[in-house]
Amino acid sequence: MSVVKILKNECWEDVCTLADLVPNSGICALVSGQQVAIFYLPQEETSVYALHNRDPIGQADVISRGILGSIGDELVVASPLYKQHFKLSSGVCLEQPEHTLQSYKTRVIDSCVQVLVSS
Amino acid sequence: MNEQKIVVVGNGMVGHHYVETLAKSGVSANICVIGGEPRPAYDRVHLSEYFAGRKPEELALTTREHYQEIGVDAHFGDPVAKIDRKAKAVITDGGRRFKYDKLVLATGSYPFVPPIPGSDSKGCLTYRTIDDLGMIKAQAKKAKVGVVVGGGLLGLEAANALKLLGMETHVVEFAPGLMGVQLDDGGSTMLRRKIEALGVRVHTGKATQNIKAGTDTRLLMEFADGESLATDMIVFSAGIRPSDQIARDAGLELGGRGGIVVDYHCRTSDSDIFAIGECALFGGMIYGLVAPGYRMAEAAASQLSEDKLAFQGSDMSTKLKLLGVDVGSIGDAHGKTEKAINFVFSDERDEVYKRLVVTADGKNLLGAVLIGDCSDYDSLLQYYLNEIELPASPENLILPESAGGIPALGAAALPATATICSCLNVSKGAIIEAIEGGCCSLGEVKTSTAAASGCGGCAALLKNVVEDEMASRGLEVDTSICEHFSYTRQELFHMIKVEAIKSFAELLEKHGKGHGCDICKPAVASILASLWNDYILEEKHVGLQDTNDTFLANMQKNGTYSVVPRIAGGEITPDKLIVLGEVAKKYQLYTKITGGQRIDLFGARLEQLPDIWGELISAGFETGHAYGKSLRTVKSCVGSTWCRYGQQDSVAMALYVENRYKGLRSPHKLKSAVSGCTRECAEAQSKDFGIIATETGWNLYVCGNGGMRPRHADLFATDLDDETLIKYIDRFLMFYIRTADRLQRTSVWLDNLEGGMDYLKEVVIQDKLQIARELEQQMNDVVGTYQCEWRTTIEDADKLKRFRTFVNSGESDSNIVFVQERGQPRPASESETIEILAKTA
Repeated sequence: MSVVKILKNECWEDVCTLADLVPNSGICALVSGQQVAIFYLPQEETSVYALHNRDPIGQADVISRGILGSIGDELVVASPLYKQHFKLSSGVCLEQPEHTLQSYKTRVIDSCVQVLVSS
Repeated sequence: MNEQKIVVVGNGMVGHHYVETLAKSGVSANICVIGGEPRPAYDRVHLSEYFAGRKPEELALTTREHYQEIGVDAHFGDPVAKIDRKAKAVITDGGRRFKYDKLVLATGSYPFVPPIPGSDSKGCLTYRTIDDLGMIKAQAKKAKVGVVVGGGLLGLEAANALKLLGMETHVVEFAPGLMGVQLDDGGSTMLRRKIEALGVRVHTGKATQNIKAGTDTRLLMEFADGESLATDMIVFSAGIRPSDQIARDAGLELGGRGGIVVDYHCRTSDSDIFAIGECALFGGMIYGLVAPGYRMAEAAASQLSEDKLAFQGSDMSTKLKLLGVDVGSIGDAHGKTEKAINFVFSDERDEVYKRLVVTADGKNLLGAVLIGDCSDYDSLLQYYLNEIELPASPENLILPESAGGIPALGAAALPATATICSCLNVSKGAIIEAIEGGCCSLGEVKTSTAAASGCGGCAALLKNVVEDEMASRGLEVDTSICEHFSYTRQELFHMIKVEAIKSFAELLEKHGKGHGCDICKPAVASILASLWNDYILEEKHVGLQDTNDTFLANMQKNGTYSVVPRIAGGEITPDKLIVLGEVAKKYQLYTKITGGQRIDLFGARLEQLPDIWGELISAGFETGHAYGKSLRTVKSCVGSTWCRYGQQDSVAMALYVENRYKGLRSPHKLKSAVSGCTRECAEAQSKDFGIIATETGWNLYVCGNGGMRPRHADLFATDLDDETLIKYIDRFLMFYIRTADRLQRTSVWLDNLEGGMDYLKEVVIQDKLQIARELEQQMNDVVGTYQCEWRTTIEDADKLKRFRTFVNSGESDSNIVFVQERGQPRPASESETIEILAKTA
């Protein structure tokens, strides 16, 4: 059961627990009906990232199944279809910057992973 | 303008090279080829490999189809009988007439059979064409003893052929030594010693006077000295004579002892007729080697273009392997130059002989002989051809290093004119040009210049030149796998092995920077799997895997997966076939037979994978690793169990091999096949390692592949018993896994392996690096720790959590839509998807 906490026009939606995430990899969640990829990098200061799950180039909902890594200082996920890299922080595609995945703010409250969705 | 009509008579190596050169030159010409033999040009130099299992197709230099593609009108099996110079036409044996504007004679030569009484007896053969080989092979079935008459280069090649056919082999030479043209006495003696050690009996200074029927054997040869030799077969290989009859009949100028006289442009006494190769006489000489023939072909072809080349004679230096013995001869091998100084090194224990012939002032190399060790050949040839000044003590060039020998000539010392690849005539200058033109790896230079694609003898030198040029430009080839590790895959492999590193995190901390990426992570995962063979979905490994490995299935374009259970050797019971059909029906999967003799089930949603595999595993299936860079399939033909022609049980061997290597993680996917006979129905020669049954065992082929850049596998070892076969494959695969780059298939790996196939054989067969046991042990460890990853996964509830499409919902991905086509589902197109989703909304 998801609890919705209202804050201005945005709300933090409970998605899952930290234990549901896979370290150094991604999973997918339905957040307000949208497919959202959630990545977990336990070693990082910001350890949970969320991007829209649809690969705009490959046209399939697979971003959560990409490999995580870094290019220069940017943390990225590589699409499993054609290997373009998307920044975890902003969703911008490095190879084709005209494509940007929607990115979502995340936070962890008492092991509960929350994603910020605008209403 | 009308295209010139060029008729080329003869389709041997040189005739073919002419056609290729002309076709590539861009000159507009209408080319017609008339070959006397029933098949297009083939590699005559490596003819004896026919008996080592190489088939005529593999010796082929071209095909009818290729000629068709490049617009060449080619006719085979109907030799030209006559030239009608007045009408400018040639007429074939079969009476066909071909008009020409320019005629090119590349008729080659025929073997000289000495006029000895009885030399036309049954059992007396020659050695030049594939048809000759067929005759030799047919007669060898009834023959125990074979004699080659002629101890020259071709004679020793023929001796190799008889030896490969399992005959007691003799070589009879009229002159006092073997290879008298190319070798001095010392070299000739050492060569004889080595060849005799291989079991070939050598008789020199023998003049055959008579050949008659034998008593226990078919034939008896009688020599001038009163001795005799009993044999079943005699192969004449005592030199060649130019095939110049049609030129003679047409009244073209010939040499006193035959040969069509040509000028610098390879033009005969009729300016519309050219002659090239062994039928041509230039400067009073017939050039019986292929490289000068090629130069003639190029010179003749260039006469039709603006840029006219001249043939100015050719260096006759040669390096070859005769009966497995390295033989090299450069320039004035006999030291006939006036006041020449000689340096000789002879080692009878290791059977190595080297001689240098140097100018009186000691500054230039005039000639050299090398027996048993040709490693200095390239270097010496450069000194000779480019007149590079010798070091103060030239003897050090041939002495072993321990005795003060010095390393070979560095690439930097060579002038730009130095020929690096003599087969394809590529100079150092051309290589530099290629690098300046943007080539930045050995492979790219090879592709761009074609260097080292002939005999391959210059590969090591080429590598040195490329590396030296790169370095001098500060262009050192960056071999780092990616920005996170400044190491090659091979270096990473060694670090992980030596330091017993068990996880990516550990490796990154010790030797890398950043977070890793989609390049280094799967590569390291593969190395970890090859070395330690952990379950790949363990927590520390899971983030390293490509999606295919993570979900143990192959992702398709719409985000669904395909499932490929293992069907080892392509053998499957009816019950299992039914299960596959039932599973496909139940989960509405699209089914297709793969090229590797398996069945691929497409369109499985992520959350369906565990259920599908649950059913497959309970029916006795296991994972097929179609998702991994690992062994895929071992294809097989039905073999001796059913087939009328089968020589061995190829299915049983394929099952054994597939079950042995299944799950083996490697730098790229691995494919194999086993054929039960030489008809090769399993197409083993297009595989990373292919096995073909022989009467007595198995032939092993390695480093082939299909796909984008197909490559035929090379014959690696012959007539192996089961145990040796597996031993060699173990070593071969582990050596590849250890040393290849990421995503480098065996064929490309071999191309980049210094020393090439010879080196690979030394490592795998002769165990030159003394690592064979270790490689076998490592393979045994991997084989011993095999697990079906799907079985392990479905038994672990925790791991199964990953196969949910959504972490927080049991729904499936509503964007995945199928439509029906030909009675099966397929992914809907974008517009179909929109339409269908709109209807359901």
